[in-house]
Amino acid sequence: MAVTTARAHQRRRRPAGSGAGADQGWTETRRATLAGYLFLSPWLLGFFGITALPMLGSLALSFTNFSGSFSRMEWVGLDNYRIMFTVDPAYWGSVRVTLLYVLLSVPAMLVFALTVATLLNKGIRALGIYRTVFYIPSLLGSSVAIAVLWRFVWGESGLVNAVLGVVGIDGRSWIGNPDTALFTIMVLNVWTFGSPMIIFLAGLRQVPTELYEAAALDGAGRRARYWYITLPSISPVVLFNGILATIGGFQAFTQVYVVSGGTGGPAGSTLFYTLLLYQRAFTELRFGYASAMAWALLVVIAAVTAAVFASGRFWVHYGDGEER
Amino acid sequence: MTAVAARHRPHQVSHRVQRTFIHVGLVSAAFVMSYPLLWMTASAFRPSEQVLVEDSLWVSTPTLENFVNGWTSVAQTSFGTFFLNSLVISALAVLGNVLSCSLAAYAFARLRFPGRRVWFALMIGTIMLPYHVLLIPQYLLFNSLGWVDTFLPLVVPRFLATEAFFVFLLVQFFRLIPKGLAEAARIDGCGHARIFGQIMVPLAVPALATTAAFSFIWSWNDFLNPLIYLTSQGNYTVPIGLALFVDASGTSNYGGLFAMSLLSLLPVIGFFLAFQRLLLDGISTTGLK
Repeated sequence: MAVTTARAHQRRRRPAGSGAGADQGWTETRRATLAGYLFLSPWLLGFFGITALPMLGSLALSFTNFSGSFSRMEWVGLDNYRIMFTVDPAYWGSVRVTLLYVLLSVPAMLVFALTVATLLNKGIRALGIYRTVFYIPSLLGSSVAIAVLWRFVWGESGLVNAVLGVVGIDGRSWIGNPDTALFTIMVLNVWTFGSPMIIFLAGLRQVPTELYEAAALDGAGRRARYWYITLPSISPVVLFNGILATIGGFQAFTQVYVVSGGTGGPAGSTLFYTLLLYQRAFTELRFGYASAMAWALLVVIAAVTAAVFASGRFWVHYGDGEER
Repeated sequence: MTAVAARHRPHQVSHRVQRTFIHVGLVSAAFVMSYPLLWMTASAFRPSEQVLVEDSLWVSTPTLENFVNGWTSVAQTSFGTFFLNSLVISALAVLGNVLSCSLAAYAFARLRFPGRRVWFALMIGTIMLPYHVLLIPQYLLFNSLGWVDTFLPLVVPRFLATEAFFVFLLVQFFRLIPKGLAEAARIDGCGHARIFGQIMVPLAVPALATTAAFSFIWSWNDFLNPLIYLTSQGNYTVPIGLALFVDASGTSNYGGLFAMSLLSLLPVIGFFLAFQRLLLDGISTTGLK
């Protein structure tokens, strides 16, 4: 994303009325303005109509007790936020579940993605087939069918226990047990490492080979080359993938909903923030309260994203002034 | 790396051994990862009572009865209805995204007008916006318009370029198209509409195909929106139908459930395989999922 904005900044607006005469230039600029806004009009309508204004509406709702009828709506100030942070018994549990999920499954997914991408980047045969096979779970990961499948894979007589049985371990239902249910959903997220893997692969290909050759001449071993050349060179890609996966991780919903049958069970162990928000809004019709939850989520995601970006100063290496 | 290794002859053998190890590792990983999918495929063709018992991929007595049973097993509605609904919604989502995102992208990429940079920054900002902030107000808005239990809430936003990822993808693509072409056309008296329709769009077919394919896949897999907006069974999409199947079947018809799950994935896999190259390039450049 940084690429395009940087480029946009380099461009200067063409001075009006250069060349063929001031009049013609002026109309050309006006025509471009008119055309620009015409072409942009569907997006502008969408931006204001179903993004920006609803967002502000949701902020306003978060200070009310709105539950479906505007006539009975009252302004309650910060009450929703107070109830959220100090009263709602499920709230902090859902925060904990979601944070655990993001903090554990996102790094695990990225490590897998980078490891496989590194292996695939060694110029091996059948690269195309590997890429496809590893990528397909990313496409399917958010589907209900896979969540259904997951219930069977990790169930009491599921595939995982069948494998463990061979080694002599007698596993119980992983999904029915509060200690392991969240783990199965984390594995589902790691299973979709294909899309960051593809991005890593593209990044690895752009590391200049001269760097490796120079390092090899200087006597750097394979590990040193990976550590001092590969990783710094692709650190912007790591940052990019990290941010995408983090934002996505906070919003996981479908898998949790289907795996737990919409309850977040067993014993609230998979009650993700998004699922609690859904329940409060659409089963209990506490729209005001759920709006407050949504805004808290927005603030947290923005803060985490900003923190990850800021941390990049210490570990992201932006080549010698080229793009990104 | 290959070049470096090749220069040291003695390393050749260990190099080959290493290659073999990498392949063994990758094949095992691929096998473990794909096993659930393969098992689901095999299970869909097994008699229902074998599904939970059989862990291998071998189908001893292949049958199509699951597809017949599964098709009509959800209350009053058949999966035919769910598939048709999903297809209509996804097709409209594709159309909407391709039209609205390419229009917006053309403006961002090729037209100079006051405010462009601000709008562009806001557009990029919406990519990062968590959807849950919009969930409730959008629901209230569409509810007040009387759109609940219609396809409109699932389709209309697509015609307003709200999936900004695609705008971004197309902006990047349009910027790569040489300026000279459009300028020549303008000297010949072409308006922006014709430049867009006759020069830009035909040249941007790869990026538009990527947009179309991901629009289809996202819309096809979408669960949260249909869950909220579609209330009568006749309007359900495939994912909602499947979720209903899980709740309803309780214990018995696993074969049917697997058969319908498998069918629900086929369009996604089909779309991916058909557009594979484009999609993988699209992911590399923008991080689409």
